Amino acid sequence: MTIKLGVPSKGRLMEKTFDWFGARGVQLSRTGSDREYAGAVEGVEGVELVLLSAGEIPRELAAGRIHLGVTGTDLVREKLGQWEQQVQEMAELGFGHADLIIAVPGCWVDVNTLEDLDAAAAAFRATHGFRMRIATKYHRLIREFLRDNGVADYQLVDSQGATEGTIKNMTAEGVADITSTGDTLRANHLKILDDALVLKSQATLFRSRKTAMDDEERKVMAGLLVKLGLDD
Amino acid sequence: MTQKSKIRARAAALAAGFEAAGAVPVETPVLLPAEALLDLYGEDIRGRAYVTSDALRGEQMLRPDFTVPVVQMHMAHGAEPARYTYAGEVFRRQEDDAARANEYMQVGYEVFDRENPAASDAEVFAVIERALKGVELRAATGDMGILAAAVAGLDTTEARKAALARHIWRPRKFKALLDRFAGRSEMPARRAALLAQEDPMTHGFPDIGLRSQAEVAARVAALSEDSEAAPISPLQVELIEALLNIRETLPNALEQVRDLAVDLPAITEAAFRLRDRIDALAARGVDVENLEFEASYGRTSMEYYDGFVFGFYVPGRADLPPVATGGRYDALTQVLGQGREIPAVGGVIRPGILVDLEEAA
Repeated sequence: MTIKLGVPSKGRLMEKTFDWFGARGVQLSRTGSDREYAGAVEGVEGVELVLLSAGEIPRELAAGRIHLGVTGTDLVREKLGQWEQQVQEMAELGFGHADLIIAVPGCWVDVNTLEDLDAAAAAFRATHGFRMRIATKYHRLIREFLRDNGVADYQLVDSQGATEGTIKNMTAEGVADITSTGDTLRANHLKILDDALVLKSQATLFRSRKTAMDDEERKVMAGLLVKLGLDD
Repeated sequence: MTQKSKIRARAAALAAGFEAAGAVPVETPVLLPAEALLDLYGEDIRGRAYVTSDALRGEQMLRPDFTVPVVQMHMAHGAEPARYTYAGEVFRRQEDDAARANEYMQVGYEVFDRENPAASDAEVFAVIERALKGVELRAATGDMGILAAAVAGLDTTEARKAALARHIWRPRKFKALLDRFAGRSEMPARRAALLAQEDPMTHGFPDIGLRSQAEVAARVAALSEDSEAAPISPLQVELIEALLNIRETLPNALEQVRDLAVDLPAITEAAFRLRDRIDALAARGVDVENLEFEASYGRTSMEYYDGFVFGFYVPGRADLPPVATGGRYDALTQVLGQGREIPAVGGVIRPGILVDLEEAA
């Protein structure tokens, strides 16, 4: 009956998403108490706002439980296999810019490229008896990137937060994470490898390819896309 | 009969054939401790295998193949020589191609024998070929040992040879390294700048993490040493490239390998092994005159094959995975044997593909 639009449920990502839609005549807002995840849509009929964690939006799109969703390209590519067959990129929203990169301690003067990282990993494994550890939450993207670039003798260790601290804590030797300004990396005495820009990400509006829509819903979708200037 | 029971019946028939050839049937667990597999294959295996865990045993993998558990079982309590057969499901993640099965049967035949490697290679190939009789397939063979021998025989530093040997299974990276060591590609600017510094170890960063400054200094020294090493000669690069391009019937391939051995004497032993294998295959009744050999075959498969490699393919059906694959994995037994080793060679058939082919026919 309605088109479901998934939007990150808190923080700057939510506010900027509301601004982006607002500038196009679609007012999104949270309703009820501060803690209640309910929302309202004005300016267009038949659209329902669903507030979700940004990390869950790719999965909900792939399952067809929401028709549209705003999340980072990084999360879609990490979480969905063959993502282009499951979702369609409708618009880059121009905020939430972040680069997925690989960084190592600044005190590694010998490592500036992936070729260096591979050679250092081989020596590290020979010295320490285990593979060099890279902390990340982007397992799929990083594994594919390192395989394509011929890096061996490493292992990924899972880190869902405070990833830059893992090196000082001796639970990893390198990190793969998103960064926008590089401040956190610098504060933790890390440097980005010259040729290890894995992905440039930003907040993006995606359409699910997995939803079945009736005529009425198709009409609502078409109207919404016209309003957003995405009807070409 | 359901598809699954047809495949099971076909698997049982294949296993019975392998038993008749002298193999002892064995069973292995479906859940394997992840650590040994991860240590062997690194992250690549995580991309291919399903990983699960519990709070008591930690990470476990749904068996991606039988080779590792069969080797472990043999190293723990097997008598020599030994021949084993097994049949069961293996599990492979398929995140990029939904058409590929993520669970399928494999029936295998493995030989652990020190006596005559050429005869064992030929035995495994011939037993698998006989089991596939009546199905129209194209066989491909290769030998990972020849390229390894060629690398070991290059006229360059041990460090460069080790770096090339480490990347034999990654053709693109191997070529990039060869180009670098031959002086055909430039040293990265940052590295040149680093080596030009009076004291490369000066930096404004605190010393953090497990990799020590001594390790960093050792690699800087290695880089400095490498920058002074003479490039690998154009002739040797040409020889390696000529070797990689060999794609011929077995007898012709042998001729070409021998020809290259004139300038690359390090592959002489490997050429003898190839000749012995061809003789052993012929003695088993294999049509070696028409059997294909590709020097690069096996370079993109699992890292454990280090000698003879082979596969059987459905002609004109590049979309289908191979019906059977196999090879020699001597080094794997060393790694898993904790100080002990035994030469080993084996192969597997996928009965599911056979059943599909027979139904389509």
